[in-house]
Amino acid sequence: MTTLYNPFSLIGKTILITGATSGIGRATAIECSKMGARVIITGRKEKSLDDTFKHLKGHSHLKYIADLNQDEEVVELCMNLPEINGLVHSAGIVKTLPFKFINRTDLNTIFNLNFMVPVLLSQKLIKAKKLKKESSIVFLSSIEGPIIAHIGNSMYSASKGAISSIIKSMALELATKRIRVNSILPGMIETPLIESEAITKEQLEEEMQKYPLKRYGKPEEIAHAVIYLLSDASSWITGTNLVIDGGFTLT
Amino acid sequence: MEIKQFIADFAAQFDDTDPEEFKAETKFREIEEWSSLIALSVIAMTDEEYSVVLKGEDIRNAQTVQDLYLIVNSRIQIDKLNG
Repeated sequence: MTTLYNPFSLIGKTILITGATSGIGRATAIECSKMGARVIITGRKEKSLDDTFKHLKGHSHLKYIADLNQDEEVVELCMNLPEINGLVHSAGIVKTLPFKFINRTDLNTIFNLNFMVPVLLSQKLIKAKKLKKESSIVFLSSIEGPIIAHIGNSMYSASKGAISSIIKSMALELATKRIRVNSILPGMIETPLIESEAITKEQLEEEMQKYPLKRYGKPEEIAHAVIYLLSDASSWITGTNLVIDGGFTLT
Repeated sequence: MEIKQFIADFAAQFDDTDPEEFKAETKFREIEEWSSLIALSVIAMTDEEYSVVLKGEDIRNAQTVQDLYLIVNSRIQIDKLNG
């Protein structure tokens, strides 16, 4: 049997995915396993992580329950990990507050989880030489912040703006190791993250109508772009912020 | 909780509307300045001042300032009962 030509294949690659308990992280883990990757998933919630794990195709996948906001848990994870070829940061949170109500506590929480955690995990893995040559690191940023803004979202926007900036410096420095660093800027994706209590279903519906494709994205539609950035098909792409938003930022 | 204080806290979320205009029976959506940003501000205000987290749906279902006061007050009472 001849093997089908497929530069997007992840066969032979080990990929670490954070935030794999739900949303984009879960879809990415499952889709990567379908593309032949050996997947290592992390998350805080054991039951949800197990649920993702059950959906992975193939064998030899690994799971680690870890709170990446705790330095000692990150150190332990780094020690236990095998060498990897790819790293996907999809853990993240949102908090809706008008600017005049933002405060140090919420800013710290958001910046910790959306910025510090993925950046410092990358740093520790690099230092421990767990990322093989020609690895790919993919961050989940957002169109919110780097490109557009919505009311009540200043803290989240700023954390994503920081991610979309740091990937450029990382890409430059890690190029010596042939490690590529990119981020994806999704528009609204149907995940638990967009269900803020402060926003009504009608407001979500109204927002959807502003999308030229008249719908929100599916987690798999982001996962497929992650696969592209992890695979050899994107071997000359680094330091890029890739917009995937159903045309939202065109209008 | 005094309704007078709640009305003042509610009025403080507006920039162009005279605070004197706000009464318990004021239909807040009919105020020209009302907006989705002010709705978010009201949610943040009740969290900060009264430790009650209103939902977007609570605001949508309320008509008057008093309606919101009653929701916030009832949740304060429940918190007290739960100690």
